[in-house]
Amino acid sequence: MSELANISAIAPEIVLAIGAMALLMAGAFSSKTASVSTDQIVETQHESGMIWAGIAVLALACALIFTLPSESQLIFGGALVVDSFSQFMKVLILIAGIGGLILSFDYLEGKGLSKFEYPVLVLLSCAGMLLMVSANDLISLYLALELSSLPLYILAAFHRDNLRSSEAGLKYFVLGALSSGMLLYGASLIYGFTGSTAFSEIAKVPALQDGVLNVGLIFGLVFLLVGLAFKVSAVPFHMWTPDVYEGAPTPVTAFFAAAPKLAAMALLMRVLGGAFSGLSDQWQQIIIFVSIASMVLGAVAAIGQNNIKRMMAYSSIGHVGFALVGVAANSQDGAQATLVYLAIYLAMTLGVFAGILAMRRHDLLVEDIDGLSGLAQNNLPLASGIAILMFSLAGLPPLAGFIGKLYVFSAAIEAGLYPLAIIGVLASVIAAYYYLRVVKVMFFDEPKEKFSPVHGKLSLIMGAAVIFIIGFMVVPSPLVQAATDAAKSLSFLK
Amino acid sequence: MTLVAVFFYLFAILCVVAGAGVILARNPVHAVLSLILAFFNAAGLFVLLGAEFLAMLLVIVYVGAVAVLFLFVVMMLDVDFAELKAGFIKNAPFGLLVAGVVLAELIVLFAFRDLSLGAAGVGAVSSPVPDVNSGISNVDALGRLIYTKYAFFFQVSGLILLVAMIGAIVLTLRHKTGVKRQSISEQVSRNPKDAVEVVKVPSGGAVIPSVEGQ
Repeated sequence: MSELANISAIAPEIVLAIGAMALLMAGAFSSKTASVSTDQIVETQHESGMIWAGIAVLALACALIFTLPSESQLIFGGALVVDSFSQFMKVLILIAGIGGLILSFDYLEGKGLSKFEYPVLVLLSCAGMLLMVSANDLISLYLALELSSLPLYILAAFHRDNLRSSEAGLKYFVLGALSSGMLLYGASLIYGFTGSTAFSEIAKVPALQDGVLNVGLIFGLVFLLVGLAFKVSAVPFHMWTPDVYEGAPTPVTAFFAAAPKLAAMALLMRVLGGAFSGLSDQWQQIIIFVSIASMVLGAVAAIGQNNIKRMMAYSSIGHVGFALVGVAANSQDGAQATLVYLAIYLAMTLGVFAGILAMRRHDLLVEDIDGLSGLAQNNLPLASGIAILMFSLAGLPPLAGFIGKLYVFSAAIEAGLYPLAIIGVLASVIAAYYYLRVVKVMFFDEPKEKFSPVHGKLSLIMGAAVIFIIGFMVVPSPLVQAATDAAKSLSFLK
Repeated sequence: MTLVAVFFYLFAILCVVAGAGVILARNPVHAVLSLILAFFNAAGLFVLLGAEFLAMLLVIVYVGAVAVLFLFVVMMLDVDFAELKAGFIKNAPFGLLVAGVVLAELIVLFAFRDLSLGAAGVGAVSSPVPDVNSGISNVDALGRLIYTKYAFFFQVSGLILLVAMIGAIVLTLRHKTGVKRQSISEQVSRNPKDAVEVVKVPSGGAVIPSVEGQ
């Protein structure tokens, strides 16, 4: 029974898994009666009840995280670790899950996609992501990664009668399987050259033996990084992102842009710092390259996009690059900066996607940026909300996006990575162009047809995001303090 | 020991040859049959390692279920393999180039250790193969580990399989309306009284049968 001694530390994950299974049972046994009755309204009410239940489970898991002690605990013989770093990231991921579910109510009903499996898949994916954040062993890393990714492939293809959605799901699945294969190959090499799958044991194997580098271990690390870079969609493993983001149902895209990236970034930080701190000179080069490439590509490639979902895909690639700047610094300041950046990124992403879902004409989403012209004359609150979020994404002072960038760049400068910081600043200046273009189209172009009124739940999410972004510049201390505590628990960092 | 070595090389060579056969065979059915041969040889290698349980699993699960399923799919699907091959030929030079570069890198890294690139052998740990003659059978040993030390991994694997099942249902199940299905209970509960109707046919007239139950 010693393995189960402190099982309460993963109570949130257990709640999510059991909640998902309970919802699955409830859905499977009650939808039979629903399909018999031809009353469509009853059925959709039933499905939105399922989404509410999913939100309740996520909120319960989130509340449970706050009850956990903040000191680090090992569970299941070191397969998982729960510390304040993992708690910080788990709260962010659960917020992303709740936000993603709230955004999906009206969209799913409008497209006739209300199925009870939707919240079940989101819950299972969130459970996988929470385990990813806690993973402390190569086996739990891989299993958690698969548990979080498989539901995402299904969600991408959820609108199965739509060609683009099916294509997105298939593309994501095939490329995801390829990246998993690379990751597994890397993991097998690491196991072969260290003799253990536990991060703590891998960290004990010295990088240099008799003055020669452990090439096999570095090989494994590179393949592992390829797999993880795919999951965070960092250049050069980003090719799937625009197509999948464009093809997947919009609320699913919002969830993609927020939750899996947070989980994979957390996993990346723990693997690099926890298991490969001895090889930091080697992986720092890789992370610096990936970070620069992501920032530059995210800034340049988004300029030519006219579809706002594709633009947001490139924008998310760029933001991953900025978050990786903090990882490249390989210090506690860097980790703290990355955490703050990710929290702000989460708020901005959810807010912008709420805005995208709110911009509708004749009950159809307006996805072309040109189609947004004159939104300000039609719906000033919506347009100004999106404008604030775009300014923040662009990193204009004094909004939250600017402060996040300030944190990561100052961490990079403290670590002596001047070229990284300079290229990052240049990339964010280039990226500002396309964010500002959206604002310009909304405020200064000729108005077209009227937009449909905004659903209440969307304005709730967007309002919360805007309040967070403005509130963060007034009282930044709670978030920064939490991120500092979280970074401190990564004791392997300087 | 030499006998083991002979069998090892037999199985290993056959496995590689069969693997090459999978991708070189013109006929897709032959490719699947080569795959089955490769699985059998891999199972033989497992037996040599003392992992009889894994060998049995490989034969039962991969040969018995997966490969046979492949065979059915290949036979049933009307895929134009000639066209697929044409695409393969078109992209082959590029693929060969990438493969050649990777191979060259591997050779440089692992073979020419004098090039001050470091020794690949450094730090390699001999594989922790357990003692074959410990008196614990394979299944026993696996059971002891899976349900105790690795219980967490086992449970998460179960969740992943659950997700796969949900996914298959969500993406393919369609509730068709208006399909006429056989209902055994309805058939059994039918009796001559309401199935057969006796009508009087007037001479020179016609009878339109009353349709019941619709």
